[in-house]
Parts: sequence; structure tokens; C-alpha cells
Amino acid sequence: MQEVMKKALELLQNGTVSRILGWKTGDFFYDLTPAVFESAEEVEKDFVFSPFCGANLSKYLIKESRKEGKIAVFLKPCDSYSFVQLLKEHRIIRDNVYVVGVACDGMCDIEKMKELGVKGVTAVREDGENLVCETLYGEKTVARKDALLERCVSCKSKKVVMFDEMLGENGEENPESHRFDKVAELEAMTPDERFAFWQNELSRCIRCNACRNVCPACSCEKCVFDNANSGIANKAAVTSFEEQNFHIIRAFHVASRCTDCGECSRVCPQHIPLHLLNRKFIKDINELYGEYQAGADMDTKPPLMNFTKDDCEPSIVHERGGDK
Amino acid sequence: MQVNGEYKPTIVAFCCNWCSYAGADLSGTNRLTYPDNVKIIRIPCSCRLNPMFILRAFQRGADGVILCGCHPGDCHYTTGNYYARRRMTLLFSMLDFLGIERERTRVEWVSAAEGAKFAATMNEFTAQVAKLGENKRLEDLRCKK
Ligand code: SF4
Ligand code: SF4
Ligand code: FES
Repeated sequence: MQEVMKKALELLQNGTVSRILGWKTGDFFYDLTPAVFESAEEVEKDFVFSPFCGANLSKYLIKESRKEGKIAVFLKPCDSYSFVQLLKEHRIIRDNVYVVGVACDGMCDIEKMKELGVKGVTAVREDGENLVCETLYGEKTVARKDALLERCVSCKSKKVVMFDEMLGENGEENPESHRFDKVAELEAMTPDERFAFWQNELSRCIRCNACRNVCPACSCEKCVFDNANSGIANKAAVTSFEEQNFHIIRAFHVASRCTDCGECSRVCPQHIPLHLLNRKFIKDINELYGEYQAGADMDTKPPLMNFTKDDCEPSIVHERGGDK
Repeated sequence: MQVNGEYKPTIVAFCCNWCSYAGADLSGTNRLTYPDNVKIIRIPCSCRLNPMFILRAFQRGADGVILCGCHPGDCHYTTGNYYARRRMTLLFSMLDFLGIERERTRVEWVSAAEGAKFAATMNEFTAQVAKLGENKRLEDLRCKK
């Protein structure tokens, strides 16, 4: 989308902002990385907006909005929820940010394209519903919907919740996203099956901490996991259920503030479906305390920072479960 | 833990200072008995219970963990136990989601006057955990001394 880059140039040139937060090419063209651009030349040289812009830029504003001058940021619908959640937590200085909302057709996952047999890709261009890939073995076309990131397959909303300006038409929330299907499937298993499922997933974790670092809801200056004396700073030496503590606590610390942006699963080099842990919390919250979408507005309290006198007792977990 | 060839589960009971810890005291003064493998840890309020404490107890070899606090509405700090209630509900549900036996966790509200309830709860919970046997799923050799 040339439009996005044009907007970046325009905002710099007319003095609305002094910096741009966007994406540039990383090690590979499909491996885009967040970047700050300070001049039109830099934008022209490196700025990219492509179907691989999965990275959520909102977390970078915690630091960037505290610097001198105004910064423009491009936010996809899912990113905008994280942005609002961070604003709510007073982590971003709103006055220093100019938000450009971008309409979203879903972002793509190179791994899925590889599974579809598109190997040795050197460039990808959008063509309506399709992606035309130039590869070492000639041109190949895949339908965009087959190459979507897992989180985009079950996108909860195409609505940018807060913006100063919108590029493209703003969309709607999608109540039919089926995003809890996999969680429900796991809930229907026996505890032994669930244990086996998670043991298989989590024992692949290499404790790179990428999931923690990327998460916009996870922004403490000092993190419990950085405690060298805790014995959990490195990978477990056990075979039973490695890294359970890390993963339970990681998900718990963001529970009720997690907007379900899906970044944790996107960045995991081991392809662990971490978003399922977050979604389990969201699903439970919806069922037990009423529907709640973090980051959807500025004035509701996250359910874990709230209560009612007649909340259910923790024993509901035992009662609900039956003998499953 | 094996004691004289008999399995005794290790139970960690987090008790809020104002109600349940006093309740435990009362059960002692009343000469009621509960298993000596229940290890009581006093906390200022039920909402002081960081989920990490529970997991760490399990990692170090607890077979069951129970939280006792003031009855809802009676918290010394007015609302602490309401927050704790939501947190524990979600945490227990998550443990269950990961396939960890849900009978290993429990929350019970015990007031300072309920010495008998304290002893009965501990007896019952210990028996429940004993049936499950040792906690293997959450133990972590890195954390064991
Ligand atoms: S989750 Fe939705 S809004 Fe976010 S990148 Fe995917 S399709 Fe776009
Ligand atoms: S990103 Fe994946 S491998 Fe890295 S710490 Fe998180 S779960 Fe583990
Ligand atoms: S003081 Fe007992 S639960 Fe808060």
C-alpha cells in the first residue's frame, strides 16, 4: 500500500510530527521490524507497508511518546486496542502521538505460505484477494486468506478504536470470529489429554522471552522473571512440565488487560500457541464476570481490578468441570 | 512425603492474618486436631496471595494448596478477598486447563471464631489430596532443595 508511505511523508513534510513509527525490512523481506523514521529520506529508503506488517507498534510508544516532539504511528485494528489499553494504564502520552488508523485485510505468515508450497520467495505483491509471489522457481499465486496469520484467521474486530486520521474505511467488530473454538476444544478433553497437549507444546519453549517482550500488556520496568535468584530465569532441567510457571504467570499477569492481539504466538520461534492461554482467561472472564474486551474503551475497569459482591466462588472450577 | 511407609500429602495453607490465622489458633486452643503435614503460611490478607506463591509451593513439592481468608464482606481491608476471589477462580481454572488436578487447590473462608471449621477443612482437604497422590505435574527440580 503506497498510500501508507505517502501519508508518512506528508505528516513529516507538513510538520504535523517529527518522527514516524512504522515498519522496515529486517533480515528478510517478510521479516518486518518496527522502526522509527526521522526524515523523509529515511522513509523513502526504508519504510515498508506490506502483508507482513503483523508487528503491533503500540508498545514502542511507551518509550517513544516520552521523547521530544510528536510521533506518528500506524495502527491496525488489533493494534489500536493495545494502544487504548496502554493509554488507560497511563503508559503512553497521548498528546505526543498522532495515530493513523489503517484498514486491514489480514496479515500473512510466511510459514503458512511455505506450507502451501511457496518456497524461495523473493518478493510478494498484493493483487486483489491474492498474493503474487516471486520465487526462485518462478511466479506463484496464493489466496491471501490461506496465508493469514493465525490471529487474523479469527480476527475479533476490524475496527480501529482510536485514531486521529483513518486510511481506508474503518471496519466493524466481528462477533463471529470463532476465536474461542480451540479453547473450547481443549476444555472438552480430559485433564490427562490437556496435560499431554500442553506438555508437548510448552516443553519446546527455549525461554527466549520473546513473547513477554513483545506483549503490549506486559510492560513492567522490572519483571518477576528477571530475577536471577528465582531459579526460573533459565530453561527447566526437568522433563515433567517445563516452563509451566513462566507461562501460567506470564498469561496471568496480563489477564483482563490482554486485548488478544496475538503477538505472543506470532513471535514465538517455537510456534507455541500461547494465545490459547490468554484466550482461556478471556473466555473465563466473559463467562463468569460478563463480556469484556480490553482496550475497547477508556473508562471500564479490567475485570481483575474489579469485583462484585456476588461473584462466583473459586469452587466453580470444580463444579463446572464435571468429570472431564 | 512418605512417613513410616505411609504417604502423607504436603499441604500448604495460606491464611490471612486477621481471620483464618486466628481461626487456626482457635482450633489449637480448642484442642481440635488437623494433620501435622499442613504447613500454615501467614499472609496479611487473602489478596496478598500472589499466584506465583501457589505455583512455587507446588514446584517445591506441595501436593495441595489452600487459601483461607475472611468471609466476603469481612475483610480487614474491606475488599481484599473480593479481588482474591476473582484471581483464584481464574488461576484454578487455568491450572485445570493445563491438566493439573483441580482437587489440589481450594479457597475457604474461615473467620477467627471458626476454629472447628478450620480443623474440619484441613482434615477434609488433606484427605482429598491424599487420594490424588503426589503432585508430579507441577513440581520443578530446579526449585527443590
Ligand atoms: S488480527 Fe485483524 S486487525 Fe489484526 S492484523 Fe489480523 S486481520 Fe488485521
Ligand atoms: S516466545 Fe516461545 S520460545 Fe520464547 S519464551 Fe515465549 S513461548 Fe518460549
Ligand atoms: S484481611 Fe482477611 S481476607 Fe483481607
